[in-house]
Amino acid sequence: MKKFTSISSIAMPLDRANIDTDAIIPKQFLKSIKRSGFGPNLFDEWRYLDHGEPGMDNSNRPINPDFVLNNSIYSKAQILLTRRNFGCGSSREHAPWALEDYGFRAIIAPSFADIFYNNCFKNGILPIELSSEIVDNLFSYSGQITINLKEQTVKTDDNSFEFEVDPERKRRLINGLDDIGLTLQNENQIRLFEAEYFVKYPWL
Amino acid sequence: MPQTLYDKLMSAHKVLEQDGSTLIYIDRQLIHEVTSPQAFEGLILAGRKIWRNKANLAVPDHNVPTTERSSGVSSITDPISRLQVETLDKNCESFDINEIQMNDIRQGIVHVIGPEQGATLPGMSIVCGDSHTTTHGALGALAFGIGTSEVEHVLATGCLWQNKAKNMKIEINGNLGVDVTAKDIALYVIGQIGTAGGTGFAIEFCGSTIRDMTIEGRMTLCNMSIEAGAKVGLVAVDDKTINYVEGRPFAPKGENWQSALKYWQTLHSDRESHFDESILIDATLISPQVTWGTSPEMVVDINGSTPDPKLEKDAIKADSIRTALEYIHLKPNTAMSSVTIDKVFIGSCTNSRIEDLRIAASVVKGKKIANNIKLALVVPGSGLVKKQAEEEGLDQIFKDAGFEWREPGCSMCLAMNADKLEAGERCASTSNRNFEGRQGQGSFTHLVSPAIAAASAIAGHFSGVIL
Repeated sequence: MKKFTSISSIAMPLDRANIDTDAIIPKQFLKSIKRSGFGPNLFDEWRYLDHGEPGMDNSNRPINPDFVLNNSIYSKAQILLTRRNFGCGSSREHAPWALEDYGFRAIIAPSFADIFYNNCFKNGILPIELSSEIVDNLFSYSGQITINLKEQTVKTDDNSFEFEVDPERKRRLINGLDDIGLTLQNENQIRLFEAEYFVKYPWL
Repeated sequence: MPQTLYDKLMSAHKVLEQDGSTLIYIDRQLIHEVTSPQAFEGLILAGRKIWRNKANLAVPDHNVPTTERSSGVSSITDPISRLQVETLDKNCESFDINEIQMNDIRQGIVHVIGPEQGATLPGMSIVCGDSHTTTHGALGALAFGIGTSEVEHVLATGCLWQNKAKNMKIEINGNLGVDVTAKDIALYVIGQIGTAGGTGFAIEFCGSTIRDMTIEGRMTLCNMSIEAGAKVGLVAVDDKTINYVEGRPFAPKGENWQSALKYWQTLHSDRESHFDESILIDATLISPQVTWGTSPEMVVDINGSTPDPKLEKDAIKADSIRTALEYIHLKPNTAMSSVTIDKVFIGSCTNSRIEDLRIAASVVKGKKIANNIKLALVVPGSGLVKKQAEEEGLDQIFKDAGFEWREPGCSMCLAMNADKLEAGERCASTSNRNFEGRQGQGSFTHLVSPAIAAASAIAGHFSGVIL
């Protein structure tokens, strides 16, 4: 997994609540059996004016000039700033895959949907929950933002905001650790658990 | 210390704890073709084995055609969809995982076939790379959706890291009106608490309405818990649960059945157990529901109207209302009963079980769908639901009324196969999500119960059941 320590970038403001994973990456792109290549179809239905299908040459498609992602100011943004309950709906990990493939490494919102939040950490993306007031404040700010995971801070030119993150998730993200490898270090303990468990619940 | 059902299930599966995270043992992983290929690929790349093959059960459901498909996987015309189903077949074969293939009579939507086969049992921990895994909580199982990295983690380790959720009790008491179903309760609850109202919580549904509810109804309710953002939806085990499970292919038999029963009878929240939040709902106040917007929380009574953003004080909410009405081509203060529809979809993991089809059939019996309905689909949740319905003559009732009777699958709930809406088409759908573009780009989805979908197909516009 990609490590995350700190990033400095402007934030792309996506001023909408309850953005669901269907909007982040529409279902037709879920037919892929690969983990990569979803970036050009991130927010496909909002981003292009035509209907997108897998395998299309996206560089020739008509873009929606009103959608913020198509504003060249934000073409290098690594931070996505948005409203509450981001990532609700389907459990598709294709959503963080698309965000990461496009170039986003952090998302700031007042709240996230549970499965999406969890999926981000598996893909080197840091989801940051900040209060609605702070998020409002950031929506009216257009400069560089520095996110430091070690310090758990989001810094603008004038302000510094602290954020919460589960210590274990933080450790794994900072070090880019492989979840499965770490769990398998407990192999013996899992075997011991199983031995007792199947005596207690023999029908399983 | 008195424990909630969720607490009991979590502690029964606890392997170890580390820095506030719990490694829990997974009894069952359900697998489908869309969220698993990258997980299997990950295993292959790392040279890892499956921890316990027996824990897994696979079925293709999202991409399968619901039209004639006797030639098997080759009847999937879209080559990318076909490859995904073929990849599942191949992975299950090479990793020795039990798969119910596309043309098996037991094939169906993963959340329908789990309980139907007895692969979902009370007390189990169940995961699937699909958010509607909450469905299985209806049988007193700890069940939730996960992403593909976690699918791979469970395949490789048999376990999953979890942070403990808080407990929420939703107690619903009283008798439902004759035209009110579990779907209406689900939509009503989401309308009350919002799509993020359950975030961070394990919801347990209880009260007399739930006790009186069938297992199918409980599955509909728990299925929609994720639309309230909840980690899991749960109902305590009772006689109905036990009667439902008994005799199913994967259910324990003989001596094992007896010891399972003893354990299952403990699967309820203890008296005096602590809930972080409690909500009390009077079932007699719930009417049939219909969504008007692009989020399941945007819902009104079938006799209600679309909201007026000018009357909403919260600026962000007002903005959401405006955006949703604009997308869905409805004006503020429009009576839902005046909104005409183009298509009707009865199916999905929310509402495709035999009880759902019986209710819908009873509404359309002897009637015809309205002239303006371009397509009315009934997609049973599994091959066995389809067979049962045909034995009861429900297929004929639907066909006589002008509905198409299809093969089982996810179908138009998310439109990954050929069943979809065209831009500008409006659908009364028994599925679970009305997000923008969910059933086809630029299309309009309104979530309803099977009874309301059936009544609206006959009327040609949203309509309550005429009793």
